[in-house]
Amino acid sequence: MSADTTTATEVSTLARPRRSAKEWIARIALIIGMAAIVAYCVLPFYWMLVSSLRLPSMGRSTDFLPIPMSVENFSAVFAAQNNFGRALLNSVIVSTTTTILTLVLGILGSYALARLRFVFKGIVLAIIISTSMFPGVTLLIPLLKMFTGRYNWFPWSWMNTYQALILPSLSFALPLCVWNLTAFFRQLPVELEQAAMVDGCTPGQAFRKVILPLAAPGVFTTAIITFIAVWNEYLIALTFGQKTEMNTAAVAISKFTGVTGYDTPYGTIMAAGVIVTVPLVIVVLIFQRRIVAGLTAGGVK
Amino acid sequence: MTMPRATRWAGLALSIGSLVALAACGGGPVPEDPGGDETAESVDFSQRGPITFVTGKDLSGLLQSEIDAWNKDHPDEEVRLIELPDEADQQRAQMVQNAEAQGSEYTVLSMDVVWTAEFAANGWVVPLPADQMDTSEMLPATVDGGTYFDQLYGMPVTSDGGLLFYRSDWLKAAGIDAPPTTFDEVTAACEAIKEKVSEAKEADCYGGQFNKYEGLTVNFSEFVDSSGGHLVDDDGNATANSEGAVKGLTKLKAMFDDGTIPKAAQTWSEEEGREAFQQGDLVFLRNWPYVYSKFEGEDGSSKVKGKFAVAPLPGVDGPGVSSLGGHNYAISAFAENKGTAIDFINYMANEEEMKARTEKTSQAPTRTAIYTDPELVRQYPYLPVLQQSIENARPRPKVAKYGDVTLAIQDAAYTVIQGNQDPQAALDALQAKLEELLKV
Amino acid sequence: MKEPKPRRNALSDGQGRLAAILLSPTMVVLVVIVGIPLLLSLREAFFGIQEQVNPQTGRIARYEYFAGLENFTRIFSNPQNVIGNYGAIDRVVNAFLNTTFFTIICIAIETVLGVAMALVMSKAFRGRAFVRAGILIPWAIPTIVSAMMWNLIFNEAGVMNRLLDQHILWTADGPPLFWAVVIADVWKTAPFIGLLTLAGLQTIPAEVYEAAKVDGASAWQSFTRITLPMVKPALVVAVLFRTLDTMRMFDLPAGLGGFGKYSAETLSMLSFMEAREGRYGPAAAYSIILFLFIVLVSFLFVKFLGADVINDEEVSAIRAQRKRQRSLHRKSPNRKVRTTVTSGDMP
Repeated sequence: MSADTTTATEVSTLARPRRSAKEWIARIALIIGMAAIVAYCVLPFYWMLVSSLRLPSMGRSTDFLPIPMSVENFSAVFAAQNNFGRALLNSVIVSTTTTILTLVLGILGSYALARLRFVFKGIVLAIIISTSMFPGVTLLIPLLKMFTGRYNWFPWSWMNTYQALILPSLSFALPLCVWNLTAFFRQLPVELEQAAMVDGCTPGQAFRKVILPLAAPGVFTTAIITFIAVWNEYLIALTFGQKTEMNTAAVAISKFTGVTGYDTPYGTIMAAGVIVTVPLVIVVLIFQRRIVAGLTAGGVK
Repeated sequence: MTMPRATRWAGLALSIGSLVALAACGGGPVPEDPGGDETAESVDFSQRGPITFVTGKDLSGLLQSEIDAWNKDHPDEEVRLIELPDEADQQRAQMVQNAEAQGSEYTVLSMDVVWTAEFAANGWVVPLPADQMDTSEMLPATVDGGTYFDQLYGMPVTSDGGLLFYRSDWLKAAGIDAPPTTFDEVTAACEAIKEKVSEAKEADCYGGQFNKYEGLTVNFSEFVDSSGGHLVDDDGNATANSEGAVKGLTKLKAMFDDGTIPKAAQTWSEEEGREAFQQGDLVFLRNWPYVYSKFEGEDGSSKVKGKFAVAPLPGVDGPGVSSLGGHNYAISAFAENKGTAIDFINYMANEEEMKARTEKTSQAPTRTAIYTDPELVRQYPYLPVLQQSIENARPRPKVAKYGDVTLAIQDAAYTVIQGNQDPQAALDALQAKLEELLKV
Repeated sequence: MKEPKPRRNALSDGQGRLAAILLSPTMVVLVVIVGIPLLLSLREAFFGIQEQVNPQTGRIARYEYFAGLENFTRIFSNPQNVIGNYGAIDRVVNAFLNTTFFTIICIAIETVLGVAMALVMSKAFRGRAFVRAGILIPWAIPTIVSAMMWNLIFNEAGVMNRLLDQHILWTADGPPLFWAVVIADVWKTAPFIGLLTLAGLQTIPAEVYEAAKVDGASAWQSFTRITLPMVKPALVVAVLFRTLDTMRMFDLPAGLGGFGKYSAETLSMLSFMEAREGRYGPAAAYSIILFLFIVLVSFLFVKFLGADVINDEEVSAIRAQRKRQRSLHRKSPNRKVRTTVTSGDMP
């Protein structure tokens, strides 16, 4: 550590006299670029936040500050007829289960694809990714027929069940997970596993104790992406969870209604958006920090 | 090297093999569509038991308590509420999807008046038994809206008709005594107002729903129907390039071109226009009755409180003709317990329940008596005008392929409004498309 | 077997069987959830429906018949001219162009922005947590809410026009709608690429950069020579999946402009609209055309950008070796001429 610091100081001392106008411009451009990226990401969200803090009747105002400020929209989200608490719970159940299933299946599969030798690897990978190439909306009606028991080879009625919400969600989560993790595992040197096995680990142990921790950024990122994608999924949840008690948060939000048949309750929808987004981001940050901190301590420049 | 080859195949054989096996299944027997040979008499209305009620939205906040009251009296025939998304398009998509899957999940459907023909023609909803549904005290136009080929498929529960909201204070200040009845008078009134009322200098003249969506079909049809033409005549034939239709569209385009209708209205649905009017940026607004309570709102969001009035729609030649809106309750063909469904629909459509709902929302009822209820008229002074609007209203084309028809109509109107095509050419193209679509 | 073996790890025996065991859960799930519905809807593409109206009741009777390629040929033989961004052209071609341009434009911007985001997120500075949170937010907001939010922003009387001091009709049918969709899509999904690239960045050992620095590499050099090659596998997968998604884009244009606005109509929307009107045959046909288009694009993508996921050195080594063995076998005395030619091909 100390050696590092010295080098860095030395370098910067050496560099200082030569810091020309050009470099300053580059620095400023960098900061401006960073600010622009962050602004692009955050400003629309700011608009969402501001809109949610207005009075419900002023949902579409263009004032930059919510004056008068009101939390009426937030309490409206949790109004009894919206069943939003239950919907949040459903979202948590569906997203968590799907994420865990995706990771378990995906890690097994991608380990095989990254580490084992078999001839049809390319074809297997192609089949897996091709399931992400068909327009999703076209697949819903056959699935609906399956789940409502229209086909005698599928004699179960799965409407309004968690499995009907979870399994179809795997269709978009799994291919990404397999591909992404395969890319990750492949990047890690085989020698590490071999060394572990020389030390007496079984292949399974070597994988669990050596490869998995090293691939943690990839695994964790895949988990975040899967979780959020399922959390925000709408069409599957709408089609198969029709009972109010089976609605997920996204579906519940789509059912927010205004006072009349024509007005969209923008304020309430924005408030619900804030409610489902902010905790998600916070949780992700806490987790990510831990994992990343453990992995690359001191390594980040 | 030979032995492992077999195992190498295993992974693939598993996946490919199952896909191939499935291909065989896929080509096998698939349930056929129900076909059109069912008759009204063959429907079994005797079954009773629990049902569901599928609707887009509960505007009144009364729905659940109404259902609770029903459930209390009918413990063996409980009704469960299924709420669909806020958007009409998505509600229809959900209902169609469930009908396609022939699922019994949905029993009573709250069906938009324009879906009647499609749902009935496809056999997704059943004809209602005439002897059990009493529609004699309802506005005939609304009953007609629920009827397809002389059979009632949807019990009219709510209706809707367009109204002209106008700034009575500005009209008065400009010395105009009566609201305009034609679009020429609308333009003239605006000129007078802009000249004489300084507050109105920046205001736009006329607003409606001209974004490319169902509202455009409604507004454009009103232009055509009030010029002596129709897009589809009473016998169900396409007449989209008739003289009257061309005149209507030409007028609409002219109003955009001369600025009577602001260019921004190309993106307006109901709410944008309402807000413009409410902010004092519009002299005239064509909208549904719901905006009334918004304009009269106590919360300070309305700048036009007490400064506006309601009149029948203006037209191209003489008084306007509204397009008919509203929702009818129908019974899914694939549902069980249709007997209970009939009773529940009658319960929801009875005068007491309808009156209570009208009181809570500003939705238009279908029973004539409610329009003259003194208490309600005090609360909603526009009710007599609305009744007139609905009585003269014209239903949108009653066709099974309504989705295609309305898109074709919107195509024609929008391309002309945007200045990409002239009215005659657009309507000739529309006529050709409608002729094709109306065959079925 | 006597040939010098390619590099092997200790798992070399029974790998095929183990792979089958490890992969079968994934394959089974995908077959049930995607494979079956896919085949069922593929079937639709080759069937047509004959409709007959009962003149008394107005009821439609439907008869299904095998239509062969009719659903496909009708798409191309029955042009419906619409006016979008490219003048009056066939609706399908218009949707095809929209899909293509959405994909090219969105993916190009998203990739650059996503990599930039990853670099920003990986930098250590005070307030990094907030920057990370800020970048994550767009991806975390449910699409259904963000479509509504952009509607609010792009409204004619909305805040975008207020900021620009313009009266652009973003949600009317026209080029502004196309760009509104691009802005909203890039906003929502650049963080996806950013996150995956960030994960790739984190596996690069810090020593590599230090070594480069010692060697006097400039920041740009270490970015192009170290960072990019080392995040390439993660980046390629991220961009590939984004490409697949963008080519199937549907909810954003539908949410922002609604259906029937030709300047932002995509192939997926066409398919959806056909299905919405109950024409499952044509809907499936559109889906298949789009599917083939996507397959082609991903094939080119993998081929030229070389997704390392598919290229397997070992497997190619085995194949090459086997080829060599076979040609060696053929090198029997009675096939001399052939062998000469083949061996000439060998490296």
